[in-house]
Amino acid sequence: MGELTKPTSSRVIQAGESGFATTKFNELLAWARKYSLFQYPFVTACCAMEFMATASPRYDVARFGAEAPRFTPRQSDVLWVVGTISQRQAPILKRVYEQMTEPKWVIAFGTCASCGGFYDNYATLAGIDKVVPVDVYIPGCPPRPEAVLDGLLLLQDKIASMDTTPGVVKPRHDPAQNLVNLRRKTEDSAG
Amino acid sequence: MAKKLLDILSERFGSSIVLSTHDQCGDETAVLDAAHWREVATFLRDDPRCKMNMLVDLCGVDHIWDSQRLEVVAHLNSLELGHRLRIKARVGDEDCEGAVIDSLVPVWVGANWFERETFDMFGIRFEGHPDLRRILLYEEFEGHPLRKDYPAAKTQPLVPYREGPDVLGKLPPFGPDEGMVFGRKHLDYMKEED
Repeated sequence: MGELTKPTSSRVIQAGESGFATTKFNELLAWARKYSLFQYPFVTACCAMEFMATASPRYDVARFGAEAPRFTPRQSDVLWVVGTISQRQAPILKRVYEQMTEPKWVIAFGTCASCGGFYDNYATLAGIDKVVPVDVYIPGCPPRPEAVLDGLLLLQDKIASMDTTPGVVKPRHDPAQNLVNLRRKTEDSAG
Repeated sequence: MAKKLLDILSERFGSSIVLSTHDQCGDETAVLDAAHWREVATFLRDDPRCKMNMLVDLCGVDHIWDSQRLEVVAHLNSLELGHRLRIKARVGDEDCEGAVIDSLVPVWVGANWFERETFDMFGIRFEGHPDLRRILLYEEFEGHPLRKDYPAAKTQPLVPYREGPDVLGKLPPFGPDEGMVFGRKHLDYMKEED
């Protein structure tokens, strides 16, 4: 299970003094792929707001070469599943995934897409990984744009290193930990 | 104002149709006999003292502990006279058998989708509805999820689930070890009865 702990670091082209650069074909291909991700936004719920924030100029996902949305799965490389997926939508999601051409990657955006979040009932699919394989999970309800960019960089790292195991973006600051710490502190001071 | 409505109803229909009335904090309710559901609704719409020209909401309730288990509730409003009224009727026996009631679509066209939703969630059939089928769930779904005896965690997937090490469980902040127990898996009543 990969977690993003340091920024993307892979360099595939090492320029020598002779003016030549040598690399492996697959690494060159991966390097090209990771900077030209055409996205298919499968946007269903409130996480869309953070998705828009990430795409718009302040956070500017275009800096990473992933700005072009394609509204047909056949032209896209990465499937962004943004929001809650209901049981009724699951076959549609699966069909969209199957129509994408290889190579293809899937990002689960937000806690609902990653694991169902607080939905735990008859209507909701508890995590899209039960239907399609996921490369990067970005938990958060909703995740901040920084976390989304972390997820994108993690995906780029995975593409560059040809790593197919799923990765979870670790929150830089986990709000739940705050509560735990606060409770411990209160219990300590209460004796 | 609406208190007067209850008096009008009781006077017009008598205690065999208007079974009881009550009000709380200005919310008036008439409990009706299900067999005269549409008759009373038509009266409420057409009578010049009532003029209930808007069906605000229609839904179901499951009283699992009662001998007449299911209940249909409709909220009415008069845009012209500015008063509201809630009407209720019990249908079905303790096993939800014979949960049938007249449709209100001939009275208020807006009842169409509300009744489909109530049918979807509770399995109450509306006689005279033009197109009574599921509205939110899918045709393959078995049972009615808002009935109290539907297992709360039971899902009916349309596509078979993937299995393997890359299928994760609950993630933070919704995991059990995050100090926030959102999952209900530890509760006994969540377990599906076999």
